[in-house]
Amino acid sequence: MKGVKRKGSLRPLIFGVLALALLLAAWESYRNWIGPWLGTEREVGKVLGFKLLPRANDLAMPSVFDMGREFGKPQVRGSSTSVFQAVAEGTFNSLKLAVAALVLGTIVGIGAAILMARFKVVQRGLMPYLVISQTIPLIALAPLTVTWGGEISFFGFEWQKWTSALVLGAFLSFFPIAVGALRGFNSPDPAALELMDSYASSWWSTWRKLRLPAAVPYLAPAMRLAGSAAVFGVVVSELSVGLTNGVGYLILSYMQEGTSRPAKVFTAVAGTIVLGLLMAAIINAVDRYLTRNRPQEELS
Amino acid sequence: MQRTRLLKSLAIVAAAGLAFAACGDDEKDSSDTGGGLNPTVCDASKGPAEKTKVKLQLQWFTQAQFAGYYAAVAQGCYAEAGLDVEILQGAVEIVPQDVLASGGADFALAWVPKALASREAGANIVNIAQIFQRSGTLQVSFKDAGITSAADFAGKKIGSWGFGNEFEIFAALAAAGLDPATDVEIVGQNFDMSGLLAGDIDAAEAMTYNEYAQVLEAKNPDTGELYTADDLNVVSYEEEGVGMLQDAIWADGDRLANDPAYHDTAIAFVKASLKGWAFCRDNTVICRDIVVENGPTLGSGHQLWQMNEVNALIWPSTQGIGYIDSAAWDRTVEIAGNTPNLDGATVLTKPVDADAYTNEIVNFALEELRAEGVDVVGSNWKRIEVTLTEGGV
Repeated sequence: MKGVKRKGSLRPLIFGVLALALLLAAWESYRNWIGPWLGTEREVGKVLGFKLLPRANDLAMPSVFDMGREFGKPQVRGSSTSVFQAVAEGTFNSLKLAVAALVLGTIVGIGAAILMARFKVVQRGLMPYLVISQTIPLIALAPLTVTWGGEISFFGFEWQKWTSALVLGAFLSFFPIAVGALRGFNSPDPAALELMDSYASSWWSTWRKLRLPAAVPYLAPAMRLAGSAAVFGVVVSELSVGLTNGVGYLILSYMQEGTSRPAKVFTAVAGTIVLGLLMAAIINAVDRYLTRNRPQEELS
Repeated sequence: MQRTRLLKSLAIVAAAGLAFAACGDDEKDSSDTGGGLNPTVCDASKGPAEKTKVKLQLQWFTQAQFAGYYAAVAQGCYAEAGLDVEILQGAVEIVPQDVLASGGADFALAWVPKALASREAGANIVNIAQIFQRSGTLQVSFKDAGITSAADFAGKKIGSWGFGNEFEIFAALAAAGLDPATDVEIVGQNFDMSGLLAGDIDAAEAMTYNEYAQVLEAKNPDTGELYTADDLNVVSYEEEGVGMLQDAIWADGDRLANDPAYHDTAIAFVKASLKGWAFCRDNTVICRDIVVENGPTLGSGHQLWQMNEVNALIWPSTQGIGYIDSAAWDRTVEIAGNTPNLDGATVLTKPVDADAYTNEIVNFALEELRAEGVDVVGSNWKRIEVTLTEGGV
């Protein structure tokens, strides 16, 4: 089985490269040929009367090659730090925070799911609030966490801006984990649960030996949702509360130069894309590790 | 599985794409003007060993708009005054006067109309020093649009940032006898100048010290050269007579009234901050360098422009820097209360009480500064020559 896995792993890579190349080629051909042919160099193009097509000029659609060149330029004049280094560093800082947020969200989410699986009354009482909690806009919560956080300090720990970003990332990521884990914990066949009961197994031991292993396939897709939620939460928080060492701040900072160097902001955007991909890769690795002993068809 | 494998492979490709890193140009900045040889105005060793901790909340991320405070830290002015000042950067969702009111900071910077709106909503905050004596808001247009005053806005697409930044526009329209709903087209504008360059906006809202420079840092695609001031018309709301007071230092009103120690701290803080600003008036380049040290992503050319233009909003301060001029205050309050925007909303709905500002603190500070021989008026101040480069790097 392992051999099969390895053999097939080159094809998606090739398709991935092809997809990216196609996307970039589409971008370049629109701005170089299709746009000018449609006459959208200066005016937004209309489709059936709706303004839909972007302008094909450097301001609205900088060339992919310009974006690539931006990576090599120094971040500011005279600085020894290149844009590439700055973006890589910012992406790495954001990734660390997003992973920490995901870990925190996973712990809280699984904890909540255990409580809900153990006590039906908790599930009935808590679930509506969990759902409601996810409808609160992040940008409304972000400044509040800064204000509340300013009051918090214990054991010499002081609330910092990164704490806000961490908490908000975890806040967004715990929900899919809680829901997925709860479904997973409740997924064992009633006959299997009855068998455990007939062994006089305690709830905890049933949970550990039956419910938890049964939940693993449910956790994998939940982790993927949670991973992107954590990235989103962290990057948006960086903007909202002003965390200047992450890639979210770089987007804002480079946008300041958007009028005169429109390609530069895309370097930071590329950073966030890489951030999302790295997160996906990490979750994929965790998923493979957790399901290493399972037959393939059970994987979602 | 297929999808995540695809994502993973995309990651590898993207990482490879990132590796474009080539060598950059090591152009050195040679625009050293307006600065002496490492001058000092403050002596940190004169301050007491025991420092009072103070937090200052800015409106935005580090930039030359706040140079005076960073200079006061770097030059030891706060230490000299017995203060240990922590500067809190702003961000998209940070409202400085709310941070102040909730106790997250001891002092905050805010534009007067916005802070007064918070005060009306119940935040007991008091303006103790009006750092920017003039409004820095402009409406910038290309020469061929022929917009040289607010009266020329008629029939044009006028960019507006909204979020409470639009009231000078509406006051200018009202003063010119124009109806904002019918006589002009108000267009939502991002906090940049791309709308003007793309032609979506005839006259774009801009701050002298930021967005205006962004145009001058952009290339004109027709000539391949940077735009120059000669390509542009500028309507200044200060000159139109509808300028509203902007950056001021706000303090907690309750603590000011009931806590003598905080009152003393406020005087010391204002005094040291004014020294920082006086330093930046005389040392434009050094102050730019201090700012860039604190904000490594900032373009140094753009920050030099900003430092210069921020100085122009402060100096000369005929009554002394930080002094709150009652005429300018009353004009700001009048516009905030009586000028509706497109939604019919005004900034303020109630009259502003007399406790919303006080010159008591700044008068103490100015008196001490004058006694020390610090120039608090800056009547001889002149802009330095700043040459902008593409991207303001």
